[in-house]
Amino acid sequence: MQFFFEVLIGGLLAGVMYSLVALGFVLIYKASGVFNFAQGSMVFFAALTTVGFVSMGAPLWAAAGLALAVMALLALATERVVLRPLVNQPQITLFMATIGLSFFIDGVAQLAWGANVRALDLGIADEPIDWLMDHTGLNISKFDLVASGIAAGLVTLLAVFFNRTRTGRALRAVADDHQAALAVGISLQRIWVIVWMTAGFVALVTGLLWGARNGVQFALTFLALKALPVLILGGFESITGAIVGGLIVGASEKLAEVYIGPHVGGGIESWFPYVLALAFLLVRPEGLFGERRIDRV
Amino acid sequence: MLYREAGQFKTDYAADQQLFPIRQDRFAIIALFVIAFVGVPLAALMPGLSGAIDFNYWFNGVLIPFLIFSLAALGLNILTGYAGLLSLGTGAFMAVGAFAAYNFELRVPGMPMLLSFALAGCVAAAVGIVFGLPSLRIRGFYLAVATLAAQFFVVWALTKFSWFSNYSTSGVITAQKIVVFGYAVDTPVERYLLILAIVCVMALAAKNMVRGAVGRAWMAVRDMDVAAEVVGIPIMKTKLLAFAVSSFYCGVAGALYAFAYLGTVEPAGFELDLSFRILFMIIIGGAGSILGSFLGAAFIVLLPIFLDLSANAIERSFGLALPSGLVSNLTLIIFGALIVFFLAVEPLGLARLWQIAKEKLRLWPFPH
Repeated sequence: MQFFFEVLIGGLLAGVMYSLVALGFVLIYKASGVFNFAQGSMVFFAALTTVGFVSMGAPLWAAAGLALAVMALLALATERVVLRPLVNQPQITLFMATIGLSFFIDGVAQLAWGANVRALDLGIADEPIDWLMDHTGLNISKFDLVASGIAAGLVTLLAVFFNRTRTGRALRAVADDHQAALAVGISLQRIWVIVWMTAGFVALVTGLLWGARNGVQFALTFLALKALPVLILGGFESITGAIVGGLIVGASEKLAEVYIGPHVGGGIESWFPYVLALAFLLVRPEGLFGERRIDRV
Repeated sequence: MLYREAGQFKTDYAADQQLFPIRQDRFAIIALFVIAFVGVPLAALMPGLSGAIDFNYWFNGVLIPFLIFSLAALGLNILTGYAGLLSLGTGAFMAVGAFAAYNFELRVPGMPMLLSFALAGCVAAAVGIVFGLPSLRIRGFYLAVATLAAQFFVVWALTKFSWFSNYSTSGVITAQKIVVFGYAVDTPVERYLLILAIVCVMALAAKNMVRGAVGRAWMAVRDMDVAAEVVGIPIMKTKLLAFAVSSFYCGVAGALYAFAYLGTVEPAGFELDLSFRILFMIIIGGAGSILGSFLGAAFIVLLPIFLDLSANAIERSFGLALPSGLVSNLTLIIFGALIVFFLAVEPLGLARLWQIAKEKLRLWPFPH
């Protein structure tokens, strides 16, 4: 039983990290209806930029700040070069454009900073918490706890931003109805830049946490694939969905790997979340918290 | 002036509904067939030319992959372009085709090659139907992500269960020699002709399908499935048929990919990258267009070769050696940028450009 809890908690904490990636997707999808496949590449790019500045001698906070500035520039450029010419195109076209964008970002990131795996030290030890170990015997990493704390903080921050600020309200208005938002004088272009910047910020935080855990490397771009089942489970439009979906995927994936994996030869982590999400979709086609679509002829 | 349908009167329904209703189109297609089936192989056999041009490279590196990818793109185009069901699992269906053909050849003695290709397509179609079932409930990006389940599951299963690869390490299979009606298809020219014949037959079949009742049902479902259901189109049958036909095409393409192009394949060779490449082909070529599948495949196959060649040319003319990482990253950047550029300039793809050109040709060289 103790082993079960250890796996469960480990999975939940890993799930928090998936939620972070999914969060970036949700932000952009909500406000602009773009399914941003480049989110994984943005995570990679942000982490690599930070590490690059650190290796040039900047302290971590300054490097992260600089990386944030670079992500903001990227958001501006994306809006100008990718989104604006593609206004009013079908969603699949925009989706394809973001795949192109992800190639572009991958190339630029590796061109600028090299393709080597780099270590990133945030100053948080990745070791079990002694107190928990002594009292309950559970092996839970300090790093994971801090990471989920940061994730929780980030989500709170975003929730406040969305619900309490003028810009946040404008964002939700745009998400609701582009044309109506335009009619009341909200600048669509400005909103898109802000959304992509926010997504860039989320990507930076994600990249730092994942990079500190696994090293900053090209594999970070595959995080996008981890986030997709989270997205369809939770629903594309819901921040809550991203969090809950991430927790479900993280926990079930680890449990399945431990309890089902040995019977079928292991390695089922790659597809299990997808099949789980698929099973969910058969019951609720719009995900747990997604908006229900009403079909009209 | 040359390209005009004026004066070509149709006197019965059959003439009105033929595959290529405009006479010039028919001539162009026949000319294309003659060039592809006769001209290209003859040129390759001419002793003078084969010294000047490396035909082995042209067949193995350009024409054969182009034709195979065209077939796969055709399959995806039926599903995504005509039936409007976005799929990211093309690579998986190709893998099913490749491994099924391998196993039919391996386990059934005296199995004719073409039959095992066709059966491989059928196996892929069956797998396609299974993974197409969710499309009855979900759509759009939710469906796209659901097809990723097929992508990851199939590659995982082919790697894990070594029965599929006849217990070889890490699932690598070496395709058997191609023998068609007792004739060994061995040289690049022969393989090219075999693939060309299969692709032509299947492309014509696809063109025939999409103009008929089936294709119209697909397009109705694509444009608005609720409305299609209201006018009496069976949604389930139509969607699953789209999945089956599409997967059949992808399965045959996968079998050819393994047997006639690479020879040795492993499940990891059918990863998500491949699915994306084929999706790019239909987006750049034009979704919902048979011609577009071919144009897109040509573009995606030729672009990396072109970028490579230009990098080489730059190196030679400036006498500097570019580091290999730089070139591959630049290729990535240019590829990404070109895709965005193409989407921005012509979201309907190369097929649309061809259509515009045809409209211009109708008047050319006169202004009115």
